Amino acid sequence: MESLMAYVIGILFAAAIYMMLRRSIVKLVIGLIILSNAANLLIFAVSGMTRGAPPLIPEGAAAPLGIIADPLPQALILTAIVIAFGVLAFAVVLIHRAYEVVGNDDLDQMKDTDT
Amino acid sequence: MSPEVVLPIIIPLFAGALTLAFWRSTFYQRWISLFATFALLGAGVWLLESTREAGFVVMQMGGWAAPFGITIVADLLSAIMIVLTGIIGVAIAIYSMADTPDKHQKFGYFPLMHLLLAGVSGSFLAGDIFNLFVWFEVMLLASFALLTLGGERSQMEGAIKYVTLNLFSSAIFLSAIGLLYGMVGTLNMADIGDKLSQVEHTGMVNVLAMMFLISFGIKAAAFPLFFWLPASYHTPLVGVSALFAGLLTKVGVYALYRIFTLIFIGDTEFTHTILLWIAVLTMLTGVLGAAAQFEFRRILSFHIVSQIGYMLLGLALFTPLAIIGGVFYIMHHIIVKTNLFLISGVVYRLLGSYDLKKLGGVYKHRPGLAILFLVPALSLAGLPPLSGFFAKFLVIRAGLEVEAWVATAIALLVGLLTLYSMIKIWAEVFWKKLPEGIDDSRLTGKKTDKQLWVMLIPVVGLTVCTLYIGLNGEPIYQLASEAADQLLNPAGYIEAVLGERP
Repeated sequence: MESLMAYVIGILFAAAIYMMLRRSIVKLVIGLIILSNAANLLIFAVSGMTRGAPPLIPEGAAAPLGIIADPLPQALILTAIVIAFGVLAFAVVLIHRAYEVVGNDDLDQMKDTDT
Repeated sequence: MSPEVVLPIIIPLFAGALTLAFWRSTFYQRWISLFATFALLGAGVWLLESTREAGFVVMQMGGWAAPFGITIVADLLSAIMIVLTGIIGVAIAIYSMADTPDKHQKFGYFPLMHLLLAGVSGSFLAGDIFNLFVWFEVMLLASFALLTLGGERSQMEGAIKYVTLNLFSSAIFLSAIGLLYGMVGTLNMADIGDKLSQVEHTGMVNVLAMMFLISFGIKAAAFPLFFWLPASYHTPLVGVSALFAGLLTKVGVYALYRIFTLIFIGDTEFTHTILLWIAVLTMLTGVLGAAAQFEFRRILSFHIVSQIGYMLLGLALFTPLAIIGGVFYIMHHIIVKTNLFLISGVVYRLLGSYDLKKLGGVYKHRPGLAILFLVPALSLAGLPPLSGFFAKFLVIRAGLEVEAWVATAIALLVGLLTLYSMIKIWAEVFWKKLPEGIDDSRLTGKKTDKQLWVMLIPVVGLTVCTLYIGLNGEPIYQLASEAADQLLNPAGYIEAVLGERP
């Protein structure tokens, strides 16, 4: 399972970079979305994937027994998803506004501020 | 209980909410902003006092003991940064009272400004690496909105590059946090620093160090990933530019200082050599980029990049004197850079342009303003007895001591080229005759501008700060050396956060 995830994450990162290098701003945002998902999956994979073992402490015990799934990475991913959602919503509005103002979705037409 | 360590986060957050509540009244928003930034400065000074007394001020959120809960921790470097944030906040709040168009104020300029300050303060005080990521995002989101407020074409174009590169850097940061957690199983920075020394795979540690270096390097605008900065910093309002110029990149620098003195110190031969070359190339490319520019704010933007190089050089040399120099440089740079941006705004107000070719004659009609420009400009170039001289002197002397000849030679050369850029602005904007056909009624005072003096208050204030740092170098040096001392002995930080260890 871990090695499969490793491949999936690698492909996602590659796809994200490829999309970000395209000239269209819509594809740029799609690249950013895939990138944030790849990062989230990476956290999930490296922190150890455990199946069917919720981190619950049985009654009377002071610590969980046996191997449990680590709840912290899941909390991290949840936070990261929420942040990415907010930021990407902004990015979508931004490219829409940019398209309205510039009248084109080609990044090569947006070089006026470059030096 | 030590409330001063969370006040710098709570005050701007609360002020942001309060200004939102007064959405319709820009009058209240402005005065709330002024009071809140003064309160932030006060909290910063309080925090600095207590860190000087106690060394570290630590607070465990919700009473969960470290490393399980979220830790808010301030050492001297954090406290210094918070004070500087307060100073810049006050300067921008005053400046914005006069120079913010109604359209911007009605679309949430002040709430966003406070949110940005909260993000910046949070980043300086976070003791938990994921918490640092969250504060980075708070800061970034506010900066995105501030950058695009106004919706002009150049802003949109600049913002796309700014947003893309910063989101890319955040994704790398997040991945690095995930990998680090997978390796040491903790997120508390002190705990990571403690545990990482026991990890065997040094190769993997170096990979992680490089991921953090790239991520924070993008945010600090270090070579080769600084292109978003000169492409976007000259597009928004001057107040926003000045706020970004003073604080945002310095958060990246602060994060680099934190992790490369606390966490990744096992293999300095490798990591700090790479940092050294990045620093050298950042200095050089920044200053050469500026030499080619002919627009007020673009020149200043490129100089931010070049100055970041000096700060990184201090960190990369990694001797006590170099770190002192780096901390001193950060203090000097934040004040001077914001001031120069504000002056560019005052000149724009008088003559209606940022293009050096369309400016001129300011010295003839407003010699006072010219002197106000000259102090920070010469300070930036490092002329004695101004603050920049001591900052550069410390870094370069540290370079000579460890015999890093190339880096030192380039640092000196960059100082000279900085002087060239500043003289170019001086000659074009202040000294030469005003070109034909430019409306000079505001410059000569035919058309009175009642709010101009409000814009000059922060400029004068920041110039006084520069002079104070320059003429009163000894106590500031002392402060920087105490901060450097803490940075070079991470055991103290670790003990302060995690408590006494057996």
